[in-house]
Amino acid sequence: MRATLLIGVLAIALSACDDPEPIQYGTNPDLPEPERGLLPSMKIPRPALGGDELPTVPEGFTIEAIATDLLIPRQTLVLPNGDILVAEGRGGADAPALRPKDIIAGFIKGLGRTSVDSGDRLTLLRDADGDGSYETQGIFADNLNAPYGLALIDDGLYVANQDAVVRFDYREGQTEASSPPTTVTELPSMINHHWTKAMTASEDGRYLYVGIGSNSNITERGIVAEEDRAMVWQIDVETGMHRRYATGLRNPTALAIHPQTGELWAVVNERDEIGDNLVPDYLTSVEDGGFYGWPYSYWGQNVDPRAQPQDPDKVASAIAPDYSLGAHVAALGVDFSNPAMGEDFAEGVFVGQHGSWNRSVPVGFKVIFIPFRDDEPAGDPIDFVSGFLQDDGRTRGRPVGVTVDPRGALIVADDLANTVWRIAPEQTQPAAESPAAEPEVDES
Amino acid sequence: MAAISEPCRWRPLHPLHAILLAFPFPLFLGSLLSDIAYWRTYEIQWINFSQWLNAGGLLVGAFALLWALLGLFRRGTAGRSRRIAYFLVLLAMWIVGFIGALVHAKDAWATMPEGLYLAAVTAALALIAAWIGYSGFPAREMD
Repeated sequence: MRATLLIGVLAIALSACDDPEPIQYGTNPDLPEPERGLLPSMKIPRPALGGDELPTVPEGFTIEAIATDLLIPRQTLVLPNGDILVAEGRGGADAPALRPKDIIAGFIKGLGRTSVDSGDRLTLLRDADGDGSYETQGIFADNLNAPYGLALIDDGLYVANQDAVVRFDYREGQTEASSPPTTVTELPSMINHHWTKAMTASEDGRYLYVGIGSNSNITERGIVAEEDRAMVWQIDVETGMHRRYATGLRNPTALAIHPQTGELWAVVNERDEIGDNLVPDYLTSVEDGGFYGWPYSYWGQNVDPRAQPQDPDKVASAIAPDYSLGAHVAALGVDFSNPAMGEDFAEGVFVGQHGSWNRSVPVGFKVIFIPFRDDEPAGDPIDFVSGFLQDDGRTRGRPVGVTVDPRGALIVADDLANTVWRIAPEQTQPAAESPAAEPEVDES
Repeated sequence: MAAISEPCRWRPLHPLHAILLAFPFPLFLGSLLSDIAYWRTYEIQWINFSQWLNAGGLLVGAFALLWALLGLFRRGTAGRSRRIAYFLVLLAMWIVGFIGALVHAKDAWATMPEGLYLAAVTAALALIAAWIGYSGFPAREMD
């Protein structure tokens, strides 16, 4: 085990030789001491759009853009009939700048973002003949408020706006919502520094789990602003009542249910400004009632003195997460694989990484696969969709949500290229051949 | 030399220069007091106040500094060392204040205690600069 870890670390070190301290992933990352110079590390890969180069996928897979010119696609949901819903939008506009730094940092971060306006809508993509190309694209619902999390329970389509969970009636085959949505539960939305509301449904369909990010990096908007933040809510679908399911999760940006165990899993973005390799973003199973450290400590009991006054009892109870994804990779998507994705990717999770903005050597900007064994992460991550980040330091895209289509495809939302990508095993996708070959097939 | 035997004539600052110099000390003092309040209470709003006060001191202080710099190029030797001292103290105030701004840009308690110390030094330098400036400068012999 140790040997494989060492080899993995070495491989990463060789592949990124310009990174003096490569990111640390795995079940037991070696955490460096916190450090922060006079200026925080900021390196924003600027957009490089308009090229026709495709991202890199493993051998035996093809990648295709199945929808383009969207309005900031974030998360996707594959419906029972194979239609894909795409949540589009940008939230967080109400977070006021409180300090000179907020104004400057806001400007710099904006350089790495799309200039498109928030869609605030759900787009529906349909592949009627099942050939892997989505010929129909329409608006399922609009006038939403920065929709992000999506879940379907029976005839209810649930959408997590940045301020509330809303419900649409859904019939299979529907391409447009039949009526405006009804509000299920209001969500904490004051300030909304981390505005994305990730969501998934429990296996039995009784509950929705909603991830609510913190209102600051590390309490710099005051502890009062963190009431009901940095946690996962469990919402009763029937009544709309909620309770705190797990806390101390700084920014739980995507949730998924383990298909075998029924456990809730999350990817969480951890705190910034204490070093290039602190604090690792992570993948973890989420225990009912568990506390995961934020803001008082990280990765278990490592105290963060920036959060004052401290709470030693909370620190003592903090759970260390399961698997480090590496600091600042900005994991924004997670979904469990299934055997239709091929032998090598049958058991594990896909994680979409938006990419760093505050690390001296950029990391992330790809979708990785983490193999599981016995329902636990086991082994090193494998690049599944990569090549967004160019050698010139610019990026062609930024992956967000990832969704496994049960028929054997990975759907990836890209909020910089404003594209939805579909990655599928070649053998099950005769239609995914080069477009030039298609007319010949038609003629024959 | 006539200049040596004549009583030294002191001239106050130009009114506009005086107005500019009126800003840094109270603003940097306010920043220091806000830092102390944050240190005592953990109440985050104080550190926000401190950062804006400090930024204001730097903004107006920069113009006062510029004026002091131009003053170095006045003809004649009268009060030259005093003008240099005034400029250097203002410069030191601005540099320490700027480092303080960077330290204050760290999140939450990460500013402590360095930010507090820097605020104290900045306020002290602003006080000295104001003292020198408002004492006036020897006028040139032929004024």
